[in-house]
Amino acid sequence: MILSVTDLTVSFGEVRVVDGVSFSVQCGKTLGIVGESGSGKSVSSLAVMGLHRNASVRGSIEFDGEELVGASPERLRSLRGSRMAMIFQDPLSSLHPFFTVGEQVAEAYRLHRRTSRKAARERAVEMLAEVGIPEPRRRAGEHPHRFSGGMRQRVMIAMALACEPDLLIADEPTTALDVTVQAQILELIARIQAERGLAVIMITHDLGVVARVADEVLVMYGGRAAEHAPARTVFAGPAHPYTRGLLASVPGAGLDRLVAIPGSPPSPQNPPGGCRFHPRCPSALDVCASERPALLGGGHKVACHLEGALHAVRH
Amino acid sequence: MIGYLARRIGAAAVILLVICAVTFVIFYVLPTDPALAACGKTCTPEYLARVRAEMGLDQPVHTQFWLYVSGVFAGREGCGFPCFGYSYQNALPVWDLLLDRLGASVSLAIGAAVLWLVAGVGIGVISALRQGSALDRTLMIATLTSASLPVYFVAMLLLLLVVRVTRILPYPAYVELTTDPVAWASNLLLPWVTLAALYAAMYARMSRAQLIETMAEPYIRTARAKGLPERIVVGKHGMRAAMTPIVTIFGMDLGGLLAGAMITETVFGLPGIGRLAYDGIVKADQPVILGTTLLAAFFVVFANLAVDLLYGVIDPRVRYS
Amino acid sequence: MSAAPAVTAGTAPPPVAAAGRSPSRLVWDRLRRDRAAVTGMVIVAVFVLVALAAPLLTAVSGWTPYEFDADAIDPNLAGMPRGALGGIGAEHWLGVEPISGRDIFARIVYGARVSLLIAVLATLVAVVLGTALGLLAGYVGGWVDAAVSRVMDLLMSFPALIFMIALISVMPDGDRVLLLVLIMGGFCWPYVGRIVRGQTITVKHREYVDAARVGGAMGGTILIKEILPNITAPILVYATLSIPANIGTEAALSFLGVGVPPPTASWGQMIQQAILYYEVDPMYFLIPGGCLFLTVLAFTLIGDALRDATDPKAAKR
Repeated sequence: MILSVTDLTVSFGEVRVVDGVSFSVQCGKTLGIVGESGSGKSVSSLAVMGLHRNASVRGSIEFDGEELVGASPERLRSLRGSRMAMIFQDPLSSLHPFFTVGEQVAEAYRLHRRTSRKAARERAVEMLAEVGIPEPRRRAGEHPHRFSGGMRQRVMIAMALACEPDLLIADEPTTALDVTVQAQILELIARIQAERGLAVIMITHDLGVVARVADEVLVMYGGRAAEHAPARTVFAGPAHPYTRGLLASVPGAGLDRLVAIPGSPPSPQNPPGGCRFHPRCPSALDVCASERPALLGGGHKVACHLEGALHAVRH
Repeated sequence: MIGYLARRIGAAAVILLVICAVTFVIFYVLPTDPALAACGKTCTPEYLARVRAEMGLDQPVHTQFWLYVSGVFAGREGCGFPCFGYSYQNALPVWDLLLDRLGASVSLAIGAAVLWLVAGVGIGVISALRQGSALDRTLMIATLTSASLPVYFVAMLLLLLVVRVTRILPYPAYVELTTDPVAWASNLLLPWVTLAALYAAMYARMSRAQLIETMAEPYIRTARAKGLPERIVVGKHGMRAAMTPIVTIFGMDLGGLLAGAMITETVFGLPGIGRLAYDGIVKADQPVILGTTLLAAFFVVFANLAVDLLYGVIDPRVRYS
Repeated sequence: MSAAPAVTAGTAPPPVAAAGRSPSRLVWDRLRRDRAAVTGMVIVAVFVLVALAAPLLTAVSGWTPYEFDADAIDPNLAGMPRGALGGIGAEHWLGVEPISGRDIFARIVYGARVSLLIAVLATLVAVVLGTALGLLAGYVGGWVDAAVSRVMDLLMSFPALIFMIALISVMPDGDRVLLLVLIMGGFCWPYVGRIVRGQTITVKHREYVDAARVGGAMGGTILIKEILPNITAPILVYATLSIPANIGTEAALSFLGVGVPPPTASWGQMIQQAILYYEVDPMYFLIPGGCLFLTVLAFTLIGDALRDATDPKAAKR
C-alpha cells in the first residue's frame, strides 16, 4: 500500500468535518471517494496532502511507510508535488493567470529535482506533449487563459505528474468540463496510471465517473464512511440506503425513473445525532436517531443499523 | 497588442482635446471679461486691450478656441511652445514658470512615492500575512488614523514637533539636488513624510485587501500542492497577482501628484508647481491657474496612458482581449 | 486559508435568530455590535448636535464667532493670546485667535455648521445626480449608456482639486457655499453613478424584473420599485464614506483660499490662518485640526462598518 489512512479526523475548531475515516490505495489502483459537497471527501484528501493550515488532523496517514500526521511542515512540503500530487476541479482558477503554462509546469520540477532552468523547461515541454497538448513547445510559452477547459486540465495533469509522483489525488477533475472532454481526461489519467503504476484517488460526486475508473469505492456522508467496498460489489449490490439513493439518482443507471434523495446534506456545525443519514433515510429505524452505526463487514463494509442486521441474518 | 496600443493612444488624444475644451470654457467662456480676469485687477486699459487682442477675444468663439488649442500643441508668437497661457502679472509665459518649478515638484513626488510605496505595501503585506492578529489590528488602526489626518495638519504637526520642539531638523528650505544632494534630501524629508503619510495608509489597506483576496485563490492552493516553499507561494505567486492592480493605482496617483502636492508645497514653502498654483490663486493670476490646471490634467492623462501600456505588459490577459 | 469555509458554506443553515428580521434591521444590529462603528456614531452625533445647537452654545459661552476681544490678546506680544495654551480658560473655553481675539470655541462651533453642511449637501448632490444618471445609463443602455459612461470616466480621471480651484476662481462672487456644494457634488457623482449603473445592469436581467415588465409595469415604475431597493446598500456605503472625503475637500479648498470666505468660519480656513502662528500658538491649529481629524475618522469608521455589515463577503476579510 502506498497510502494507508486510518481513523482520520479533521476538525476546524469545534467543527469535525471528517470523523474517523479509513481508506487505502495501492500502486496502479484507483480509489473512488464519492459524496455530496460537504461530505468531507475533499477535506480528507487535502489532509493527506498536508494542505490544511488551520485544521487539527488526527488519526494516521501512512505514505509509503512514513507517518504524515505530525510530520514537519517542511517534510510534507518536500513530498508534495514530488511524490504525491493533486489536481483540482476548476483548471482555470487553479492555474496562475500571470505565468505561462511552461513556467508553471517547470516550477515544481526545478524545485524538487534541483535542475537548471533549461532542463526544467525541457521537462515541461515533454510533459505537455505527454498529456496530449499539440505543439507543446510553442504552447508552453502561452498563458492559461489561451487554453480551452480540457487543455487546461491537461496542463494541470502535466504539472502534477512532472516529478513522477506515486500518488495522484484528483479532486473532481472533470466536473467543470464538457461531457466529451470529461471522457478524454479520464482516459488520459487511466493511460498514465497504467504506464507508471500510479495510485489514484478520484474524488467525485459523480457515480458515473467512479463506475468508469475506480477499483474500490468509498462512499462518504456527513464526514463519515457510509460504505466501503470494491467497485464491482457496490454497483452490483449497494448496501447503504444512501448509496442506493445516489445510484437511483444517476441517469442511465438502469432504473426506469430518477429518484432524488429528499432533504439536504447535514450541517457540519450541527449534525444530526446517531446515523447522520437518518433524517433523509427512507428505511430509518428508531435506533438510527440515537446510535452511531459502526462500519462493519469484511470485503463489503457498511455503516448502517438496518444493513448490519440484514448482514447478520444473511451470514 | 498593437490594436490595444492604438486604442489607448487614441483615447488619450481625445481626452487631451476634451481637457482643452473644458479649460477653454472655464477660462474663456465663463468669466464676464476673460481678458480682465487674465490680466488681473491692476490692469491698465491699454494693457487690457493688448491682452484682449492676444487672447483673440475680438474674434468668434471657434477662432478663439483654435488659437488656444494650437497654442497649447504648437506654440504661439510671444508665448513660445507650448503655450500654456501668458502670465501678465509676471510678464512671462506660464510654461516658463512651470518649468522653473518642475524640479521641486518632481523631487517631492518621487521621494514621497518611494516612501509610501515601500511603507504602504510593506505594512499591507505584513498585515495580510498576520491577518486577525494583534499586530494586524494595530497596523490597521494606525493606517485608518493616518488616512484621516488632513495633509496640512500632518505638515504643521511635523513642523511643530520636529522643527520647533525637538529641533531635529531646520525649517525646510528647498535645495536643488545638483547643488547639494544631502541638503536636498534632508530638507525634503518632512515634505516627503507629510505627503507619503496619507498615501501609505491607503496603499497599506489596499495591499492588505488584495493579498488576502489573492491568497484565497485556487491557484495559490495549486502552488502549495506543488510543494513550493511558503516564501515563493507568497512572494512570487501571491504578490505577482496582488500587486498588479496596485501598479495601476500607483501610476494614476503619481500623475495626480502634481496637483495633489499643492497643500504640502504651500505649507513647507517648496517652490513647486503646486505652490505656483497657490500663488496664482492668492494673486488672482488666472493664466497661472489655467497653466497649472492644464499641466496637471495632461500629467494625469499621460500617467494613465503609461499605466495602460504597462498593464498590457504585466497582465497577459489584457494583451489578447 | 483553509478548505473549511468552502465545504461548510453551502450547507450552513441560516442562523435561527435572523429569521423574521428585515435586512435594514439586520444591518443595524450588526452596526450596533461593532465597537468602531458605535464610536464613530457617537463622535458624529456629538458634532452634529454641536453644529445644530451652535447659537445656543455660543449664548452660554458668551462670545459670538465675530466678536473681537482686545482684552484676550497681549499687544506687547504682537497680539498673541494672553495666558497659556492660546488663552484657554473660563472666559474663552478654547482660547482666542491671535491679533483679533475672536473666540475659538464659537468659531469651531459655527465652523462645524459650515463644514458639515457643505459636506452633506455635496454628498447629497452627488448621490442624486449619480443615482439618476447611473440608473438611466444602466437601464436604457445603448448610446445613452456610452455617453454617460464617457463623461463619468472623464470626470474621474480629472485631477479634481485643481479643476475645482480653477472653476471657483473664475466664478463671480455669489453664494460661495452653494457653489462649493455644486462643484464638489459635480465632481463626485460619477463614483455613485458607476456603482448604480453596474448594479442596475445586474439587477435588470433578473427574473423578478422581467416578471414586472411582463406584468405591464412601465419603465419608470420598474426602475423605482424593482431596482432602487436593491442598490440602496452600496449607495449608502458610498455616501457615508464620501462625507469625510468632502469634509476634507472643503477644508482643503478653504485652506487654499478658495473655500468659504471670511469672516464666516470653516475648519479648513481656521487652520490656514493658523499656519503663521504654528510655532507660537499651536493650539490655534491643533483645535480645528483635531476636530477635522475626529470627524473624518468617525465617518470613515461608520462607512467601513456599514460596508462590512451590508456585504458579508467583505466582512470576512
